[in-house]
Amino acid sequence: MASAVLVNEVGLHARPSVKLTQTAKRFAAKLEVALADDGPWVDAKSPVKIMRVKAPKGATLHFRGAGPDARVAVRELVSLVERKFGEE
Amino acid sequence: MANVGIVIVSHSSKVAEGAADMVRQMVGTTVPVAHTGGNPDGGLGTAVDGILTAIDRAWSDAGVAILVDLGGAETNSEMAIEMLPAARQARVVVCNAPVVEGAVMAATESSGGATLDAVKRAAEELMAN
Repeated sequence: MASAVLVNEVGLHARPSVKLTQTAKRFAAKLEVALADDGPWVDAKSPVKIMRVKAPKGATLHFRGAGPDARVAVRELVSLVERKFGEE
Repeated sequence: MANVGIVIVSHSSKVAEGAADMVRQMVGTTVPVAHTGGNPDGGLGTAVDGILTAIDRAWSDAGVAILVDLGGAETNSEMAIEMLPAARQARVVVCNAPVVEGAVMAATESSGGATLDAVKRAAEELMAN
């Protein structure tokens, strides 16, 4: 499990949500996101569910994964958030 | 394997074009996208011919998911599917989802190499609570 603070201006709006799910889909692992470390956990590969999290700037996103490539996947997702989704 | 193609059918050519722009800018260009809408006089409408052309432009062996707005867009899309060669008919579906959001969700799912069924489900997830 790992976490990252949303530092991009718009938070987890449409475009960042698409990027997050696209990144998650590159991995075989089951990957989940939550606003708190005790959940509720949301499928990181579902753009609809990720957008419904409506996480604003400053929120902490928690990631967890299960599967052979889960560690790499979680690291990639944290990096994506920290890099402001490559947008700013 | 090729990604599932997305076809956007709206009564308004501007809505169809704008939705296709959103897909390309938000999801990228790894997903074939085509759009159609409006009548030749610049008014509102949809046409079976235009939909067939769009299906052809967005064609992928993985299939094509069609997003529609209202009434005629759906019935004309179903007619267009019936006019396709038999081998293609089973690989084209109309999604029960809002046209703009559904197109973005479907394309996002497609960009990860998902099956046509999974792409349709992703768009239709918007209708679930």
